Amino acid sequence: MQYMIMFREPTEDFAQREHPAHKEAYWGAWGAYIGTLHAAGIVVNGDGLMSPAMATTVRVRDGRTVIEDGPFADVKEQLGGYVVIAVDDLDAAIDWARRAPAALTGSVEVRPVMLPNTLP
Amino acid sequence: MTDTAARTAIDRAARHGYRRLVALVAVRTGDISAAEDALAEAFATALRRWPQMGVPQSPEAWLLTVARRAAGKMQRAAATAAGAMPTLDLLSQEAMQMDAPHFPDARLRLMFACAHPAIDRAMRAPMILQTVLGVDAARIARACVMSPSAMGQRLSRAKAKIRAAAIPFRIPDRDEIEDRLDDVLMAVYAAYGLGWDHGDAPPGQADLAAEALFLGQLVADLMPQEPEPRGLLALIQYCEARRAARRDAMGRYMPLAVQDRALWDASLLAAAEVNLKAASRLGRLGRFQTEAAIQSLQVQAEPGKPGDTLVLCALYDVLVSRWPSLAAEVARAAVHGAAHGPARGLQMLDAIAPDRAEAYQPWWAARLEMCLRAGDLAGATTARAQAIARSDDPAVREWLATRA
Repeated sequence: MQYMIMFREPTEDFAQREHPAHKEAYWGAWGAYIGTLHAAGIVVNGDGLMSPAMATTVRVRDGRTVIEDGPFADVKEQLGGYVVIAVDDLDAAIDWARRAPAALTGSVEVRPVMLPNTLP
Repeated sequence: MTDTAARTAIDRAARHGYRRLVALVAVRTGDISAAEDALAEAFATALRRWPQMGVPQSPEAWLLTVARRAAGKMQRAAATAAGAMPTLDLLSQEAMQMDAPHFPDARLRLMFACAHPAIDRAMRAPMILQTVLGVDAARIARACVMSPSAMGQRLSRAKAKIRAAAIPFRIPDRDEIEDRLDDVLMAVYAAYGLGWDHGDAPPGQADLAAEALFLGQLVADLMPQEPEPRGLLALIQYCEARRAARRDAMGRYMPLAVQDRALWDASLLAAAEVNLKAASRLGRLGRFQTEAAIQSLQVQAEPGKPGDTLVLCALYDVLVSRWPSLAAEVARAAVHGAAHGPARGLQMLDAIAPDRAEAYQPWWAARLEMCLRAGDLAGATTARAQAIARSDDPAVREWLATRA
């Protein structure tokens, strides 16, 4: 089974990324977590994402393209990155999700990846 | 071999073995709906073939083999259609599961999959009722005060999630068992409640009360270090021990206080006491132990008396404050009314929000008793009509109608 683990981080976490006093701890925690995932040999792919301030939202309505600054909605937690892992079952995926630094400050969503053989 | 003999054998297998067979197939494939389809196919095959070939020596083993083959075929067909299924992986996985040491009962693993934290909390008990005990969606919907179609949809959704998200069919580890156990126990309790309220099983359906007792025993035996399964088992045993006394020879409803104690099952009551003591020795009070303690007190009370009413009040206070439920709140009002007068009971009944209380039959039944004791005839008339309108059981309706 493949699962996408989506890391939702609160605004303060994004600020930590460049904070002179906190960035080392922030990146250290993520580096260790991602390193463990890779060492387990379960990573299919994954990326960190730049801050939501860099996001652009696009919609097409009545044939008109509407472009807006910022992420989809102004919510407390925003997508900070994701990783797709291949593990046996949901419990294994949950076990990886709960170890993510974002689980302590924000939330982590686990979603099965739609593969050709898992289509309904 | 006649058609009749084959049909009788198939009926018997359907009645006694169907759910266990579904569990055995589902545990292997991780797909409850597909397991149900596979069993349906196996029964259809039996209907076709048994009249000619004779009833096999072990009908259940025969059905299981055919169902597993059907399930495997369905999975492979789905895989081939998609073109990308790692069939070899699947086959080796199946082979490994076949060799794995047998768990006491596949139904237990199925129960834990249904009570997985990734399943909507409100659906965990209904899922166990349907997939493990075979209660039909309409009956569960009625017990959960939900429309049958909404219940059907939510059950399908939960089954789809177990399959799609690959929720495993396994017994949780020690550090995660407490949360998950709670939902399993709640569902067993709910199943017993359905069996209790609706008396004898409808044709073709297993006796829910007996099934719940069996599952309760199974969970308690499997987890000797957990007090609550034993508390629940004791609770079910206390209730089950009084089953024969619930009706008199005329089929009339007999409430606890007037039951003929000679009809109580003494050995089941003794087993209940042993289980309750064993649970309390573990030193962690829980909801089911508290409810079992309430039963114990009532069973040991002098004939015709409700038991030590002040201790009863205290136990219900604990129950309501720590594990609140509508049923516990209504029962608490009733015992406080018996101990401290109907005004107190009515006051507690009125404190329950009307939108929760008014659809609930025991709330009206308790109200009827309080109004009668307080001499409030107008209140009693309303409560009586409402309680009768919400009772499925003719014997209970008759009893309510004659209360004075």
